Amino acid sequence: MLAFLVQRISQALLVMFVISVIAFAIQDGLGDPLQEMVGMSVSEEEREAIREELGLNDPMVVQYLRFAGNALQGDLGNSYFYSKPTLEVIAEHLPATLELVIGASLIIVFLSVPIGVYAAIRPQAWLSKFFMGVSTVGISIPVFLTAIVLIQLFSIGVTVNWFPSDTGWGQWLNDFFTTEGGLPSYGRGDELTHLFGTWESGFFTGTGLMHLVLPSVSLASIMLPLFIRLIRAEMMEVLQSDYIRYARAKGLSAGRINFLHALKNTMLPVITVGGVQIGIMVAYTILTETVFQWPGVGLMFLEAITRSDIPLIVAYLMVVGLIFVITNTVVDLVYGLVNPTVKLTGKKA
Amino acid sequence: MTTATVSRWDRFRESFFWYSFKRDKVAIASFAVLLLMVLAAIFAPLLAPTDPYDLAQINIMNSELPPVGMSGSDPAFPLGTDAQGRDLLSTILYGTRVSLMIGFGAVILQAFLGILFGLLAGYLGGKVDAILMRIADVQLSFSTLMVAIIVGAVFKASFGNLMFGEIAIYMLIFIIGVAEWPQIARTVRASVLAEKKKEYVDAAKVMGFGTRRIMFRHILPNTLSPIFVIATVQIANAIISEAALSFLGLGMPETQPSLGSLIKSGFDYIQSGSWWITLIPGLVLVVLVLVINLLGDWLRDVMNPRLYKG
Repeated sequence: MLAFLVQRISQALLVMFVISVIAFAIQDGLGDPLQEMVGMSVSEEEREAIREELGLNDPMVVQYLRFAGNALQGDLGNSYFYSKPTLEVIAEHLPATLELVIGASLIIVFLSVPIGVYAAIRPQAWLSKFFMGVSTVGISIPVFLTAIVLIQLFSIGVTVNWFPSDTGWGQWLNDFFTTEGGLPSYGRGDELTHLFGTWESGFFTGTGLMHLVLPSVSLASIMLPLFIRLIRAEMMEVLQSDYIRYARAKGLSAGRINFLHALKNTMLPVITVGGVQIGIMVAYTILTETVFQWPGVGLMFLEAITRSDIPLIVAYLMVVGLIFVITNTVVDLVYGLVNPTVKLTGKKA
Repeated sequence: MTTATVSRWDRFRESFFWYSFKRDKVAIASFAVLLLMVLAAIFAPLLAPTDPYDLAQINIMNSELPPVGMSGSDPAFPLGTDAQGRDLLSTILYGTRVSLMIGFGAVILQAFLGILFGLLAGYLGGKVDAILMRIADVQLSFSTLMVAIIVGAVFKASFGNLMFGEIAIYMLIFIIGVAEWPQIARTVRASVLAEKKKEYVDAAKVMGFGTRRIMFRHILPNTLSPIFVIATVQIANAIISEAALSFLGLGMPETQPSLGSLIKSGFDYIQSGSWWITLIPGLVLVVLVLVINLLGDWLRDVMNPRLYKG
C-alpha cells in the first residue's frame, strides 16, 4: 500500500511539474510584462534596464525556477484586467462554479441511481427502454444546446397554437405544450448570503436557488446519460452473481436484495468513475457558464482569453490542473483502498 | 476458373456486414439521413439559394425574418434569415460543410497519430509503451474538451483574432486531432497486444521481416475493425467539440460559419424572440451527431471488436 501511495503521489507531482512548465511556456511566449508596465514613451535603454531588473534576460531555467518558486508560495502574478493577484480573482469566482457543480451533482445522484437501478431490474419494461432511448439521444446533444433549449422553454416561454383552439382537446394540447417561462437565465441573482471568505452563496435565498435551476440542470444533462448507462450495466452484472441468487433462494424480499445487497456492490465502480467525471465537469462548466453568464471561473477564463489577460489564463491553468490532479489521485487511492484486488503497484496486466 | 468471376461487389453482397445492415432499420435510416446530409453539404454551392460568403447578396433589410409558416416570413427564405440578413438555409448548408470537413479532418489526424502511437506502444512495449500511455492517461484525465479549449485559447491569444479567423479551419482540425488521439491510441494498443501473441506474427518474425513491416503490414490490417468503429464515434465527438469551441468563440468566425458558430451568433438574438437562428442549426447539429452515433453503435454490434473501454 505504501509503495502504491508513493507511486501515485510522485506521479501527481510529475504531472503538476509538466503543467507548470506548460503554463510557464505560455506566460513566457505570450506575455510581455514590459508592455503592460510602461508606456510608449520609455526609451529602449530604459526598457533594457527594467528588463534586466525584472530578470527577463536571465536564462530560461532560472526564470522557470523563479516562476515555480513564486507559484509554490501562492504568487501567480497580478491580473492585467483586475489589477490584483490572480489567485485572489480566482478565489472570488470559484464559489459560483462550485455551487453550480454541487447543484448538478445532486441532480445526477438523485436521478441516475433510481433510473439506472430500475432499468437494470426491469430491462424489458417500456419505461426502461424509454429512459435508455432518451439517454442515447441525450449523449448526442451538446451541453450548450440543452442550455439554449431550456432557456427558450422555461425562461422565455413558448406559446403553442398548432391545434384548433375551438375544440376542447385542441385547447388542452395547446395549453399542454405552452410553457410559461420566467425562470432566470442570467447570472446568480442579487440576493447572495455571505458564508466565509470570498464565498457568497446562492443556496439560502429563493432567488439564488431559482437562478441555480437552469444552469445546474444543463450541466447535469451531459453527465446523466453516462451515469444511467453505467449504473444499469454494473447493476445487471451484479444481479447475475452467485450471492444474489443465493439471497433469492433464501427467500429475501426483492426490495432488500436489490437495494441493500446489489446496490452496495454496484456503487463501488460508480463512485470511482464519478470522481473522475466530476473533474471533467470543469470543462463543461466553461460552456454552461458562458450560456448563463454565470460569474464563475469558467466565464472568467473565457473573458481572460478575450482580454489577453495572460497571468489570469496561466493561473487558471495551474489551479484547474491542481484540481484535476488532486481528484484523480484521491480517486485512485480510494479505489485502491476499497478494492483490494486492484494491482497496487499499478503494473498493467 | 469460375471462382475468379466472383467480383468484390458480389462478395460484399454475400457478407455478414451487408446482411445485418439490410435487417437493421435504425442503421438503414441513420445511413440514409447521413448520406443525405453529406451530399447536401458537398453540393452546398449548387443547392444553396444564396452564397453566404458573398457580401453582395446580403441585404440587411432582410434580417431576422422568421421561417415559412410564421407571420412576417418571406418565401424566398424558407428557414428565415439571421441577424445579418443571410438566408438561414444557405448558411446551414455551408455550415454543415464546414462542420463535416473539420470532423473528418480531425479524425484523419487523430487516426494517424493514434494508430502510429498505439502500434508503437503495443508492439514495442517497455519504456515506449509506458511513456506514451502515461501521456495518454494524463491527457484523457483532463478531458479532451478541456485540452482543446486550452490549446485553442493559446493559439487565439498568440495569433490574434484576425489571423486566427483566416486559418481557423486548419487550427480546429489540428486542435481536435491532437486533443483526441489517446482515444484511438488506446484502442489500437489493446488490439495490438492481443494480436502480437498470435502465430502469424511469430511466423513473420521467423521469416526475418523487419519490425516496421510486421507492425504496418501484418498487425495493422488485423486491428482495423475496432479502429473503424471508434473512428465513427470520434467523428461525432469531433463535430461536437468543434461546435463547442466555435460556441466559445475559439472556432470558426461568423463570416465563415460552422454549425457551432451559427448557434453562437443566433444565441445573442434568442431573447428578442428570434429562436430559429439558433435552434434550427442546433437541430441540424443534433441530427447529424445522432445518426453518426447510431451508426457507430450498429458497427460495434456487427464487428464486435474488443473495444477498450476506459
